[in-house]
Parts: sequence; C-alpha cells; structure tokens
Amino acid sequence: MEAAPALVFSGVSKTFVAGGITVQALDGVGIQTQPARVTGLIGPDGAGKTTLMRLAAGLLVPDSGSIQVLGIDVVQQPLKVQVSVGYMPQRFGLYEDLSVQENLDLYADLQGVAKGERAARYRELMHMTGLAPFTRRLAGRLSGGMKQKLGLACTLVRPPRLLLLDEPTVGVDPVSRRELWAIVYRQVKDEGMSVLLSTAYLDEAERCDEVILMHQGKRLGQGTPASFSEPMRGRSFHVSAPSISKRTMQGRLSAVPGIVDAIIEGEQVRVVTLETCMPALPEDLANIRGLTTTPAEPSFEDAFIATLKGEQTPATPPVAAVNAHPVMSKTGGVDAVIKVQDLQRRFGDFYAVKGVSFSVQRGEIFGLLGANGAGKSTTFRMLCGLLPVSAGDVHVAGLDLRHAAARARGRLGYMAQRFSLYVDLTVLQNLRFFVSAYGLSRARAKQRIAWVLEAFELAAYANAASGDLPLGYKQRLAMAAALMHEPDILFLDEPTSGVDPLARREFWQRINALAESGVTVLVTTHFMDEANYCDRLVIMAEGEVLAEGTPANMKARFRSTETPDPTMEDAFIGLIEAHEKNGQGSTA
Amino acid sequence: MMPVAAKRMRLIGMIRKESLQILRDPSSIAIAFVMPVVLLLLFGYGVSLDARQVPLAMVVEQPDANTASLIGAFQRSEYFNPQSFDSIQAAQQAFDLHEVFGIVWLRNDFSRRLMSQGDAPIGVIVNGVDANQARITEGYIQGVWQSWLGNFAASQGIELRVPVTLEPRIWFNAAVRSRNFLVPGLIAVIMTLIGAMLTSMVVAREWERGTMEALMVTPIRIGEMIVGKLVPYFLLGMGGMLLSVAMALWQFDVPLRGSFWVLTAASALFMLVALGMGLLISVVAKNQFVAGQISIIITFLPAFILSGFIFEIGSMPEAIQVITHVVPARYYVAILQTLFLAGDIWPIILSNSAALVVMMVIFLGLARRKFHKRLDA
Repeated sequence: MEAAPALVFSGVSKTFVAGGITVQALDGVGIQTQPARVTGLIGPDGAGKTTLMRLAAGLLVPDSGSIQVLGIDVVQQPLKVQVSVGYMPQRFGLYEDLSVQENLDLYADLQGVAKGERAARYRELMHMTGLAPFTRRLAGRLSGGMKQKLGLACTLVRPPRLLLLDEPTVGVDPVSRRELWAIVYRQVKDEGMSVLLSTAYLDEAERCDEVILMHQGKRLGQGTPASFSEPMRGRSFHVSAPSISKRTMQGRLSAVPGIVDAIIEGEQVRVVTLETCMPALPEDLANIRGLTTTPAEPSFEDAFIATLKGEQTPATPPVAAVNAHPVMSKTGGVDAVIKVQDLQRRFGDFYAVKGVSFSVQRGEIFGLLGANGAGKSTTFRMLCGLLPVSAGDVHVAGLDLRHAAARARGRLGYMAQRFSLYVDLTVLQNLRFFVSAYGLSRARAKQRIAWVLEAFELAAYANAASGDLPLGYKQRLAMAAALMHEPDILFLDEPTSGVDPLARREFWQRINALAESGVTVLVTTHFMDEANYCDRLVIMAEGEVLAEGTPANMKARFRSTETPDPTMEDAFIGLIEAHEKNGQGSTA
Repeated sequence: MMPVAAKRMRLIGMIRKESLQILRDPSSIAIAFVMPVVLLLLFGYGVSLDARQVPLAMVVEQPDANTASLIGAFQRSEYFNPQSFDSIQAAQQAFDLHEVFGIVWLRNDFSRRLMSQGDAPIGVIVNGVDANQARITEGYIQGVWQSWLGNFAASQGIELRVPVTLEPRIWFNAAVRSRNFLVPGLIAVIMTLIGAMLTSMVVAREWERGTMEALMVTPIRIGEMIVGKLVPYFLLGMGGMLLSVAMALWQFDVPLRGSFWVLTAASALFMLVALGMGLLISVVAKNQFVAGQISIIITFLPAFILSGFIFEIGSMPEAIQVITHVVPARYYVAILQTLFLAGDIWPIILSNSAALVVMMVIFLGLARRKFHKRLDA
C-alpha cells in the first residue's frame, strides 16, 4: 500500500511576460513525489526548476493545471500549505544584520515554535550545522557555506512536513555541501520529512532517492537515479592513451560520429556512445600507441547528456581554432608568463588574499579552485591590474604589475564573472565597442569581428540584443570580446557559473583549442570536475593556497584503501579538513 | 498552540526583528535623527524669507531738510541699508551690477509738492527677479515712506492727500520672523522622509536581498507583516518629530501656542499617512534605488514645494492649488503652523485632520490590498 504523495502537479503551465517577450517557464508539467523521500529536481538553467518550487510554495499561481501539496490545493489555500511547508529560496533570505541567534528566533516566532521547545530544538540544529560556537555572530559575517547551513536551520526550526530547497548547494564548498546533504537525510530519517531539492550539479542527482529531469519547462523523465543510468549500460567507456594528452584525445574523440559525449574524467576520457558498443575509430586515433578502451560504470550524467543531446552526433560540432594566429612565436621559450610571490590583499582589517604564490607556464591551462569567498576573484583582479596589491610581487608577461599595469593589460584578456556586456547593444555593437576599446586598426577590427562571428557561431545572432541571448551564447560573446585583441593570456573568472552542462562542455572545448594554439589560460571555478581540465591548479580556501600541482598528483595524495580512486572532490575535502585541523591547532 | 498566541508571537517577532535592524543600520538612525537636525539648522539659520538690511540706492535730485529727514527715516529702519547716489544714471548702474536691490528716487519737485499739495510722490524701482523679495521690499519702502509722511503732516499740521493711512498690525507672528513658520513646516518634511522614504526603502531591501521570499512562505499573515513593519517606523518617526519640536522650541525660540497633545495626536495621524505612502511605494518598487527615487518625487518634493511650507498656497496658480489638495503634507503643515503660531483653532485642526484621516484610510487600505503573499500578483 502506497502512502499519499507529498506533492502532485497535474498539467501545470506557467508563462511570464518580460519586456514584451513571453517565456514559457512550465509547459504542462505533471509530477508526483513520494513522502519521506528526497526527490531531486534536475535540469539546466532555465528548465523551470525555480518556478516549480515557487508554485509549490504558493508564491505563484499557475496559468492552468492543479497543484496539491500534502493533499491541500495550494492555489485555494496557500496559507494552510505554508504552515506545513519549509521553503529555502535560492538566495536564502538571511537577515545579515541580525545574529545567528536572532535569525533563528525570528523564524521560531514566525513558525509558532513554543518557547519551551526552543532550547532543545536550537541545540539540535546548532549541533547538526556546527554553528553552535557562532550563535552571537552576525549572519553577514558567516562564510558562504555557514550561511547556507543557517538558512537551512531557520527553515527547519519547526520541522516542516515538506521541505522545498531551491539549489541549496550552489557555490558552496564541497565540505559544506556534504554536511547539507547529511542534514537533509537526517530529517528524512528522523522526522519522515519529504524533500524536493533542485540542483544544477549532476553528481548530486545520484544522492537522491528519486530524480525528476526537467528541460525547457518540460518534464523529461522521473525515476530512481539508477533507472536513468541503467539503460546507459554498455554505452559508457573510458579511453586512455599515455602517449598523447587527454585534451587532445578528448578533442579528437568528440568529433567521431557515434560518440554522444566525450569529457575528461580524472586521467582518462569518458565517452558516451550512441549504440551499445564503441564506434569504429578513424585511423589516426585507432593507431595511437597504448590506446585502451574499457567499459565504464554508467552515471546519471551520461543519461542526462544523452537525453538532452538526443540523436545529435558527433558530440559537438568541431570548434574552430579560437585564435587565428598561434601566439607561441611572439616571444618563445617556456618561461613563466605569470609569477606571483606572497601576494596579499587587505580590505580594512580583513585579508581577502593572504600570501599566495604560484607561477604559470606559457600555454598552460591553470586553475584556481575554491568555494565562494576563497579569494579567487580577488587574486584574479590583482593579476589583471584591476585591484592594487597590498603586498607581494606580481609579474605578468614579464612586466611588473606594480609599475607597468597598463602595458601588461594590453596583452591579456579578461572575462568577468558576470559577463560584462552591454545588454541593450546588439552582438555586433558589443564587438565593435570592444575592438575600439582595444584600439585595433580598421582593417584588423573588421577581420577580427568576421572571424569571431564565425568561430563562435554568433553570426545568426549578430543583430540580436545581447541581453536576450541564451546564457550559453552570452558566455560565448563575453569570451569573444575578451579575445578581440588576440591576447597572450586569458583570464576567465567563473566562466561556467550557472551555465548548463551542455554549454559548459562546448566552452571547455574552446578553451582547449586556445591552449593548443599557445594562449595561457587562467580560470577560476567552484566546479570540482572542471579541475580535471586544467594542466595544473591551486586549491584555495580563506585566501590561502592549500595545494598546488597537477590534478593527478593532487588526487594521488589522498589515495587510500577506502578510496582507491579519489576524485577531485575527495582531494578538496581532505585538504580543507587538514587545513582546519592545522588552523585549530595553531590558535589553540 | 492557540491561534491568538501564535499570532501575537509572529507579530512580536516581526517587530523585534525590525527594531533590531533599525538599531544596527546607521543609515536609518541618520535619516531619523541626523537629517532632522541638519535640515532644521539649515532652515532655521540659513534660509530666511525676511528683508533685512536690503541695500537701497537713494537718489536725491535737490537735497534739502525734507529729503534729509526722509533718508534719515530709511537709515533708521532695520530693513534697509541706504546709499546715496547723485544721479539716477549712477544708481541704475549700481542696480545693474546688483550692488543695490532697489532705488528710491526723490525728484527735484519733491519738497515743493510736499509743501504745496501735501503729496510727495517718490519713484521706486525694485529688482523683480526674486519676486518674493521684491514684493516684501516694495511693501517696506512704502511703509517707511507713509509713516514718514504721517509724522511730517502731524508736525506741520497739514492735511494729507494720501487717501488711506496704512497702520500695519501683523498677527500671529508679530516679529515677522520667517523662522517661526519655516521650522514648524519642516517637521512635516522630516516626517515624510522617515515615514515614506525610509519605509519604502527597507521593504525594497527585503526584496533585493531575497528575505521577502523566505518570509512569505512562513505562516505570517499580510496584516501582521504590515503592522510589524509599521510599529517600529511609527515610533522612529515620532522620535524624529519630538526631536524637531524640541529644537523648534528651545533652539529657535518658536512659540508653541496650541496644546502639545493636539500636536502629538495630529503628528501621529500624519505619520500613519506617510507610512501608508511608503508601503504603497514598496509594492511597486522592488529595489532600493527605485524606491528612493519614487518617494523623493511623489512624497518628499511635494511636501517641500506644494505643502505651503515655503510657498504660500494662496499665491500659487489655480491649477497648482488644486494639485496641492492631494499632498498630505499640506494639511499637516496647516495644522502645524496653526498650533505653533495661533493656538488650538479647532475648525482648522479638525477640517485638516479629517482630510488626513481620509488619506490614511486610502493609503493604508490600498497598501493592504496590493500587498500579496505572491510573487506574480
């Protein structure tokens, strides 16, 4: 006998009108979620996840269809639903000028938690979230992960029967992410809570009891994670060859017909095929010395990509070389193009970056990996000469940034975190603006614009307002703008944040092509899997570098009998834990 | 838990949260307590609508004892600072250079006409660029001239030909100090600032930071949310009001002729109107910048310009006079100026209060109806 479902959507549609354009956020969606289970809502940006959450919370009214939450019609009786539901919006609204305790008190008052029950509940929540030592601290002074845990604690102050979490783990460091998941599962086990959780991280899908796959406002499928990945059995492979670089290998494999997806995973290339066998490889690939192909355990991500890409092969249309002229010849040599020594940046009495050192070789893809607030963007802005350094040495392209910032800037391209484009200008107008900003000659400007439109497949959108482009295309345009003057060094600050997995794959192919042509690429990311695309990287936390090296040797440090094949996330968590242990040791 | 107890708990929780935020946010304190002081000092000391020591050119074509006596009268007046010029041309030059604000011209037949006809016309030119100042100056010149004529006639026993003798008696503000009506009027501006602008901006901040979305999915009712926001800002506004009144009485020596309690009651009423406007603005404006702009344009500026606080409503063009009827500050300024300068004149207080009650019901009612626990409504 099956218990009544926690949430039922039937035939729900919702459209928004913004600036004269109608957006179909949800299109006839029907779903049911099981009680006392964690249901994951998975889909790329713009799939309609947030709209679905808000509808369930009674914050929006559907255009058509009906929504039952815990057996109550939410359109008719939103207040009755809101008594039994806990909702944590994407940017959870903590009052940053209130302390941890005051935030808890407010939500306890609003949720009608009796005074007598509070002490015990607070103690439990603070223990669970590890916030007990910080109850008097202002919420605005907490780290990103701590804020997120406090948000969850506020939502749970009176245990709701249904918990709605909208992307609770975005931008949160892996340690806090793991803790958040542990808290959620404890609620399900101890309180029999039902949970609906949306996420853009595909690896989190496997932690859910059941998964709903969304795309462009439609429900593509629902089932256990295994029910998605099982049909993929026999279509996933690992390919490796010690004689060529994994990037080159990935680039070539993704051009092969019959291959749906090829991504770098650890030291190998993971391939998803159209049929249940490896397609015949072209001769130049098949003849590579030491090439081995082994079947791989199918993952949810394989299914996700295969479903979204459908029958489209090869994996991605071949990406044209991103720079017309290789830059290798300009100065030659393999000396360090970026050298950072004891770099510091202070804001008041707060050290955003404290003593960071690393160096980057020409043509390398160098990553800065860390959670939000680790100091990645601040380091970047100093390297680009956008922010004065408080102390330390920075040499970029052989120039001392403290004295020749302007000259150094002429040789680098910078793509800011929020794609600094003029949203009300068209694609072409934006490009024209950037060529004039870089002072390109008329003939060269014309040639570069024509090339960019072709290489980034933006020609079809040339006269569209940049603000109306899909996120993936905005990202392409921002990157194109940063490349107009053919820089030697390219800085990319969180280039894939919020971009769906398909666009992320394409983006990394362009980066690879750039690196092959000799451009040095520095990239920040909080996606652990993207670290594998880098030649070398540093892992940062609280303004410090925890480790520097290649992805392979970084992971190797955390190999043990329990985790014979550690992921980058395992390595990251290991480093953070070691760092915290040290920190406590030194302050005690 | 009993529904009533839960309701009270939610309300107290909201009020406490809102109060803590006010206490921790230096900008709310600044708007509530620093702004009033700055505005009061500025208007109390810096802005004056009185004519004092106005530079005046005196042109005497044929000096004699009579002209000397008239000039002496101008010199004794605290309103003027007369300077002698030999010819009207020289005086005009000084006038063009803004060295003098007006010219008094005594022609060569001044004494002859004074003695023979009992009527001694003088030529007066004033700079009309600042119409207010011009009218005041003109009036004062006339006053000096007529009182001198009267004295002259009395001393000579001559019948004057001037039809009416002006005997000025100014009521309510006998010293004619503009400060006495500017300072009370300012209280209306200050309370508009706290009630409408501060309130609309703090609600907009909740939208901006995403706290509103989380708040909406709690069992809180809209009414509780509104009252929870109103109470702390009401108290803050009344605090600003008390500060302003104290400064008016003890810093600027403005008299308070009416009852303090009537003043407090009328202020409380106006505060609710201002809060209603602030809440209504925040329904439309979901970010702090827009909320600030809208409240400056539709509440703060009208309270300044159209309330009768600086510019007399009776002397505005008729179309503008009609518009002033929808400016709540107009009614409050009328009450304030009456209470401070005249006393408890009930017909004025009651009729203006009635208008404020109507506006309070409209604004708070609309805010209550437009404020939804929905994002798309």
